[in-house]
Amino acid sequence: MSDITATAAQQGSPKTSTIAESVIRIAGNSQDGIQAIGGFLARLAGRSEQDVMTFMTIPSTISGGPSIFQVRIGSGEVLSAGDEADVLLCFYDHSYANHISSLKRGGIVLYDSDHVKPNDELLGTYHHIGVAISSLTVEAIGGTGRDKGKNIYALGLIARMFDLNVPKLTKLIEERFGGKDPSIVKNALDCFNGGYGHQIQGLIESFKFEHAVHSGAAQVVMSGNEALAFGIIAAGVRFGAGYPITPWSEVMELLRRELPKYGGTFMQTEDEIAAVSMAIGASYGGRVAVTGSSGPGISLKTEAIGWAVMAEMPLVIIDVQRGGPSTGMPTNQEQSDLNIACFGGHGDSPRVVLAPSSVEDCFYTAIEAVNIARKFSTPVFILSDQAIATRIEAFPCPDLQNICQDISPDFTPVADHKPYDLTAADGITRHIAPGTRVASGKYPVATGLEHDELGHPTGSGKLHMQMNAKRRNKLRKLASEIPVPKIYGATEGHVLLVGWGSSKGPIEEAVKLGRSQGEAVSGLHIKYINPLPENLENLFSGFTHVVVCEINDEGLYGHGQLASILRARYCDPRIKSVTKTDGLPWKVKEILNRALALTK
Amino acid sequence: MSTIAIPNETLTRTGIAATLPAPAPLADADRKPLTKKETAADHPTWCPGCGDFSVLALYYKLIEKRKMLHENICTVAGIGCSSRFPYFVQAHGAHFIHGRALAFASGVSLSRPDLHVFVFGGDGDAFSIGGNHFTHTARKNIKMTYVVMDNFVYGLTKKQTSPTSPIGFKSKTDVGGSTDRPVNPMKQAICAGATFVGRSTATNVNHLLGLMDAAMSHDGFSFIEVLSECVEFFPGAFDAAIPRKGGTFPEIPAEHDVTDEYAAYKLCDEPWPGMFGTFFKVNRPTKNANEAKLITDARAKFAGVPDWQILQKNFDRMK
Ligand SMILES: Cc1ncc(C[n+]2csc(CCOP(=O)(O)OP(=O)(O)O)c2C)c(N)n1
Ligand code: SF4
Ligand SMILES: [Mg+2]
Repeated sequence: MSDITATAAQQGSPKTSTIAESVIRIAGNSQDGIQAIGGFLARLAGRSEQDVMTFMTIPSTISGGPSIFQVRIGSGEVLSAGDEADVLLCFYDHSYANHISSLKRGGIVLYDSDHVKPNDELLGTYHHIGVAISSLTVEAIGGTGRDKGKNIYALGLIARMFDLNVPKLTKLIEERFGGKDPSIVKNALDCFNGGYGHQIQGLIESFKFEHAVHSGAAQVVMSGNEALAFGIIAAGVRFGAGYPITPWSEVMELLRRELPKYGGTFMQTEDEIAAVSMAIGASYGGRVAVTGSSGPGISLKTEAIGWAVMAEMPLVIIDVQRGGPSTGMPTNQEQSDLNIACFGGHGDSPRVVLAPSSVEDCFYTAIEAVNIARKFSTPVFILSDQAIATRIEAFPCPDLQNICQDISPDFTPVADHKPYDLTAADGITRHIAPGTRVASGKYPVATGLEHDELGHPTGSGKLHMQMNAKRRNKLRKLASEIPVPKIYGATEGHVLLVGWGSSKGPIEEAVKLGRSQGEAVSGLHIKYINPLPENLENLFSGFTHVVVCEINDEGLYGHGQLASILRARYCDPRIKSVTKTDGLPWKVKEILNRALALTK
Repeated sequence: MSTIAIPNETLTRTGIAATLPAPAPLADADRKPLTKKETAADHPTWCPGCGDFSVLALYYKLIEKRKMLHENICTVAGIGCSSRFPYFVQAHGAHFIHGRALAFASGVSLSRPDLHVFVFGGDGDAFSIGGNHFTHTARKNIKMTYVVMDNFVYGLTKKQTSPTSPIGFKSKTDVGGSTDRPVNPMKQAICAGATFVGRSTATNVNHLLGLMDAAMSHDGFSFIEVLSECVEFFPGAFDAAIPRKGGTFPEIPAEHDVTDEYAAYKLCDEPWPGMFGTFFKVNRPTKNANEAKLITDARAKFAGVPDWQILQKNFDRMK
């Protein structure tokens, strides 16, 4: 986006510039529907084959309150929600005061002059445009005295400013508000057209996005939580159980609503312990089931997950991480559950941990988690987080016909069955579901006690060692099968930035930014957290420093949670750690500057 | 997207030795009822004289009487002496964690309506650590039969106070005698919403077998408290209920209306050793039936539509 000279407010029609991308931050109160503006913009971008990424904050109070929605739309690849905004739309004084600094110098602040009094000292730094959004909204819908709909009015203003596709937006508004009382659609369209038709005083420039060149595949637009839930359905899971907690609740609400259409069900249980236990019971019933939670709920599940490890029962556990410990920061982003996912619970209990890197990846990771759980007869954690859960992205519509799986249980009678056969060909045993006839008349018990090959209790130290090895070795086998990640950028250099989960986009942008400044920076994203892929040491060897960037605390010994595991595994002092716990996603510059400072 | 290659088809099951011939295709109707020899698995690890032996023997009898087939028997338990049940039964079983057997069994029951799930456990497992699950499984009326072998003590951990220990009971955690008011399992179950609530003793085998049989026939959450003596840590606890030891076995009179909740509560307050029989029995839609209806209604709109197309409809709306 070209720079705007804030002082040169001219008369006449604004000039139009073609831009590749733009970051728009909308700041107001959640009850004003600012998420809806962002949602419309994101969906429009998806339909226009543009890349889009959003970032939002939700107030932690029920009655609503200050909240933002940031949308980054681009005709090229969009990797993060953007460090700085090009345009800030603010509805209140507090929105203006709290977010003006997120606007880049020379950026446009579009404010509701009914509520916001700009700071005179900033008039030279940003291009201020005031529109009486509240009163104009009331006017647009025929003067009912209420400004409900000012979000849609503001959407109209933005549509004018960015020369957005009005027929597509109109259709989106009709889809969203259609089906209800027809006056609601009419009001919404009146608001939109009012905003779109408004002659914005002082607008010196309007923008037009470059035409996006894409594969032509239709895009779908959804949040990370939605992608996870739909991925679980596509994977063939038909039973789940959970207990509400932010930000996981949305996943269970969606599954509760949708699963019956597929012949499945999702149970809201009395607590998280019941939820994980019930899901394990359903897995034992023959078809891998799902549970999930956030924060404290994950702590409650750990004992039962240990049982699933011991009994070698497939299970998928979704952890939408938030700030911890305890109730912590329920509506903020953090990546501090890596340790509990990998190690939570007593005893040696190896399990699989995967961390999706984007909304699209949430969908595919859910399927992969289900398949790993089945193939390796093991619990599998999916580590999502608050930011990825709530952000909206557009991605190519998956080929559902080929992706959707049927994982119905197999009840074919067997001659004999040892649920914990130590001589199984690939070292992995899978359960037969109740209902399966065993000709030998010897039936299996799934158990959390250390056991022999039939599942009967043992106090034998030798068997305990053999069974520990069995549970561990099957994950080593998985490690040999998972893809070795590829380095983003050059394979040699000064700094390798390592990240996991939702940090992938910002890290890759930090690599781009660093390289544009002449720094020898590359990136590496680790999706398979436990077990880790093989050969990482070879990838590290091309760099002077390996800097692991994570949104968690540096801990007692100065290293974040993944960094600690990598250091323990590779005994490599070049592995360093950059961490933070401010509750917000990484900014690109933040990553780059801190990594460079650390490796000077 | 790069995902690890795992074939989509049903994974082959391993841990299956090919030494025995595949089972003969025998019509279920032609299969003989299972004998005790065929249903008994590991020899129980209980102390000689433990009341739980008789409950186990009656479970074998029930299996035979009801002509249950091996593969369709599903026994679930938590942790405790009594909870070791699944190892002693030659059938599909799961030995879960302390207090959570009902939640596990709910997962089996709700996802496998073709099975009748039996849960066995102790008083600590049921009313202390598992109290929350007891309440909610009963309330939701999830179809299964739950038999609690109540010995008024923690057996496995060697004599601590249990939630049903009587006031004054001297245990390792109450050396001067327990002071907490014990749980009344019958009241607890009725109050929580269990739809079949019965009580018996491990020594009155005919009575208990009849109750277990009736519980199994009940469409809903059926709960039986069995006074089952821990000869090791609370010997003689139930002598008052054993006629051959000079006690009485007061049966609930035939005229008791099992659908009358207040009358049932009244019976719960009879002085020690209390009443035996069916306190309460009503028919209320099970969770299983409610969920099945939800599914039927939801699927009515999608008759004949493959799953991927249902999902595609959702995705089309998100374009
Ligand atoms: C989470 C957890 N806490 C404690 C224990 C230890 N524990 C095992 S059984 C038991 C009590 C058993 O009493 P009850 O359920 O009455 O069964 P009983 O042995 O009397 O049949 C306890 C406390 C455990 N296994 N797990
Ligand atoms: S300790 Fe008590 S409950 Fe446990 S087996 Fe012995 S007699 Fe039975
Ligand atoms: Mg007990």
